[in-house]
Amino acid sequence: MAATLTREEAQSLIDEVLEVYPDSAKKDRAKHLAVNDPEVTQSKKCITSNRKSLPGTMTIRGCAYAGSKGVVWGPIKDMIHLSHGPVGCGQYSRAGRRNYYVGHTGVNTFGTMNFTSDFQEKDVVFGGDKKLEKIVHEAEGLFPLMKGMSVQSECPIGLIGDDIEAVARKTGEAINKPVVPVRCEGFRGVSQSLGHHIANDAVRDWVLDRREGKLPEPGPYDVSIIGDYNIGGDAWASRILLEEMGLNVVAQWSGDGTLSEMEMTPAVQLNLIHCYRSMNYISRHMEAKFGIPWMEYNFFGPTKIAESLRKIAEQFDDTIKEGAERVIAKYTPIMQGVIDKYRPRLEGKKVMLYIGGLRPRHVIGAYEDLGMEVVGTGYEFGHNDDYDRTLPEMKDSTLIYDDVTGYEFEKFVERVQPDLIGSGIKEKYIFQKMGIPFRQMHSWDYSGPYHGYDGFSIFARDMDMTVNNPCWGTMKAPWKQ
Amino acid sequence: MSNTVEDIKPCFPLFRDEEYIESITNKQKKYEEKVDDEKLEEMYQWTTSPEYKELNFQREALTINPAKACQPLGSVLCSLGFKGTLPYVHGSQGCVAYFRTYFNRHFKEPIACVSDSMTEDAAVFGGHKNMDAGLENANALYKPDMIAVSTTCMAEVIGDDLHSFITNAKKKGSVPQELPVPSAHTPSFVGSHITGWDNMMEGIIRYFTLDKHESAVVGSNGKINLVPGFETYLGNYRILKRYMEEMDVPYTLLSDPSEVLDTPADGKYRMYEGGTELEDVKDTPNAIDTLLLQPWGLVKTKKYLKDTWQQPLNVVNPPMGLTWTDEYLMKISELTGKPIPASIELERGRLVDMITDSHSWLHGKKFSLFGDPDFLMGMSNFLMELGAEPVHILCNNANKRWGKAMTKMLRDSPYGQETEVHVGKDLWHFRSLVFDRKPDFMIGNSYGKFIQRDTLHKGKEHEVKLIRLGFPIHDRHHLHRSTTLGYEGAMTILTTLVNAVLEDLDEKTMGYGTTDYNYDLVR
Repeated sequence: MAATLTREEAQSLIDEVLEVYPDSAKKDRAKHLAVNDPEVTQSKKCITSNRKSLPGTMTIRGCAYAGSKGVVWGPIKDMIHLSHGPVGCGQYSRAGRRNYYVGHTGVNTFGTMNFTSDFQEKDVVFGGDKKLEKIVHEAEGLFPLMKGMSVQSECPIGLIGDDIEAVARKTGEAINKPVVPVRCEGFRGVSQSLGHHIANDAVRDWVLDRREGKLPEPGPYDVSIIGDYNIGGDAWASRILLEEMGLNVVAQWSGDGTLSEMEMTPAVQLNLIHCYRSMNYISRHMEAKFGIPWMEYNFFGPTKIAESLRKIAEQFDDTIKEGAERVIAKYTPIMQGVIDKYRPRLEGKKVMLYIGGLRPRHVIGAYEDLGMEVVGTGYEFGHNDDYDRTLPEMKDSTLIYDDVTGYEFEKFVERVQPDLIGSGIKEKYIFQKMGIPFRQMHSWDYSGPYHGYDGFSIFARDMDMTVNNPCWGTMKAPWKQ
Repeated sequence: MSNTVEDIKPCFPLFRDEEYIESITNKQKKYEEKVDDEKLEEMYQWTTSPEYKELNFQREALTINPAKACQPLGSVLCSLGFKGTLPYVHGSQGCVAYFRTYFNRHFKEPIACVSDSMTEDAAVFGGHKNMDAGLENANALYKPDMIAVSTTCMAEVIGDDLHSFITNAKKKGSVPQELPVPSAHTPSFVGSHITGWDNMMEGIIRYFTLDKHESAVVGSNGKINLVPGFETYLGNYRILKRYMEEMDVPYTLLSDPSEVLDTPADGKYRMYEGGTELEDVKDTPNAIDTLLLQPWGLVKTKKYLKDTWQQPLNVVNPPMGLTWTDEYLMKISELTGKPIPASIELERGRLVDMITDSHSWLHGKKFSLFGDPDFLMGMSNFLMELGAEPVHILCNNANKRWGKAMTKMLRDSPYGQETEVHVGKDLWHFRSLVFDRKPDFMIGNSYGKFIQRDTLHKGKEHEVKLIRLGFPIHDRHHLHRSTTLGYEGAMTILTTLVNAVLEDLDEKTMGYGTTDYNYDLVR
């Protein structure tokens, strides 16, 4: 089992890893690597984030298009999301994120399909606006039950100066459905993060006001789930808990989401936001414009779930508060059963994380429920407000790495020798070859859900199956041992 | 709460539990404003009709579920096949995240590749600075023997001049002068992934041979150069090498990622493993000949070799199936004077034996195919050798000339008289095609699974099962390790096809007390 580093050891590890960089790169990367000090409460004093990745390093980050089409817009299931530009972006992001939904794909739902304008050289030279106009009409002809379209701009669109807003307005009127232009070209910003923001702004400008004056009076317990992408069904495992405590979930964004749910959101009492990073913008907007309060919650692991259920219930009357207590009381013994079974197999194991969105901090509690310790964490595309929320969750001398490069991550892992790594597919096979148990924490390694009480059982089962699988003991041939 | 500690179920079957069905159904009824099920069913039926097919084929602007990816993906695969080589993509970083992920999912292997992370400022001022810093950092961190640079659509739209950027970076000392940094322009809005592979190959050969080919003496090194093209079956690299070794023919396999994409799990990560030796690349103009094994996908490489080298550049078909493998081996024998050894003849005999054993299950069986142009050529030729009949052949990334050649090949065989060839069409077209004329099976990559589901919904008798051959295969494990070329590859394909037919027959005759008379033990 891995030994815990002291603060000095952790700092000298960072210094050592930085040695290989040319001078200016070293200076830059040094700002993104830190050792946690519980006395520091503001991340800006110790870490820099949301800056450009260094050219030539193996960053794990994606782009604005990935943030908008791949994360925020893509899961809205009853709209067609056009990857506007060359063929690649749409193909690589097709059905890869496991945003589960139910619906008749190709008839009224389109989540696992890839619609693209497949730009050719002539489209780049002469512009793609005419083609776009034609595409909207062709899509309407073939899929009359679609609720609308979004136009997800790829790099060339912004560079050649196409006026997709004008086309969107014109075609939207013609088919009498929203056609939403989203300027999420991949070169904008430094990661997928700006894509989330741009996508939120498009929702604000093209969707949220569509039912102005026609919204029903909100019911007393109407809420929305915001920033849950329903990976492996996460939002469903969350939704049933909120329903069980007496709340009414009117809208789910954006996993298994629909246009009507988005349009109805301004009529809820409270926005519940799971992935703060990707959807705080729209939640803030709804607060300012419609006076809807919002709060963050964390449905990973029984400790955080119970905390969150109580915090949510605080916003409502005694009926809901009693509902929350009833739900917690019902599930606590069941969760204890899960912990009793798995904790002995996982106690004391050290985990290193490197993920996106909310997970670098949100899953810490779930690991702790199983007796595991997170000894390093970092965000692909977090901002300092994410790190502010992370520092208190971490123990002293934990490694923190922002936009970690492949090189740094490998070196950290070699030294720390964690018992488990939770990261993405680009890292998975590297560390598995190094003999370190690994779970993909973007896609739950094709399992899930991990949210909610049902999700925690699966999370515990999955961590155990990986950490304790016999394969890790077979790396060395017996004649070499 | 459906999960209990004794019975922990993931997404499926968890969400088939009553409380989830109730919650999800309520959501649909109350908030989704979904049209009723009857209307949905009616619309689904419409999408399977001849009328819909006609409307679908009138499409001019929209592409739905394309059967192709973009150029730089191909250039990255090509680069990975050279010793100590770091693929470097000049442009936006998101693309590289996608290429790595896409290959990770197919090969279940790490993919090393960097970009120089161009953003808004590079869009305005060009990516020159990114190239300088990127090459310097990449070289310092990953110490490659070669950095192979290709581009994304972003760099192409703003018109960055790769050649001068690289030259300047070397002058500036960002990387050593002697470090090989070949390059290729790979705009995503031209061609597809196979074009990108071709462009990078041309770029690398050009880099190492441009000033040397004039002094080359064709045939002086006694070697044959083999260019596989965009090839994702690791076994295919291995069989190409095995045949050359068994024939005792010296060779250079131009791009061989079979080691770097198949490293062992033994406690160590190897970023660079195997690959074509750079010295061997320099030596390629001295070879007897260069065989392009995906002739339809190696246009630029062919042009360069033809225009600059003195080699005869003999044309071969991809060594897929029986007769094309025969032709391939005979061509090598003819070029080198080396006989085809008994070991390979024995292997051929075994393949023929397998074909005779299985022919009665495959004769007259109907297959619809989609994929890359050379794969489709080889696959349809092999199907017809087995007496099977291609129904539809759809290629998203071929040209009209290919369509004509394919049609001619089909019409020359009694089994290809009624085959339809569709060029430049996508998988939504393919869906209409298999509803229109139902084949027994379709052959293609993982994306075909959605078409299988859609056909099944119309009724079991309409289901078209998918046989997974091609790229990418994201939803099955380890198929990419198999071999589809040579006699060995034909054996794999034959085994896959015949057992798909038998599995299907079993499934259809499994009715307890109804159809079980044909649920035979012996076949």
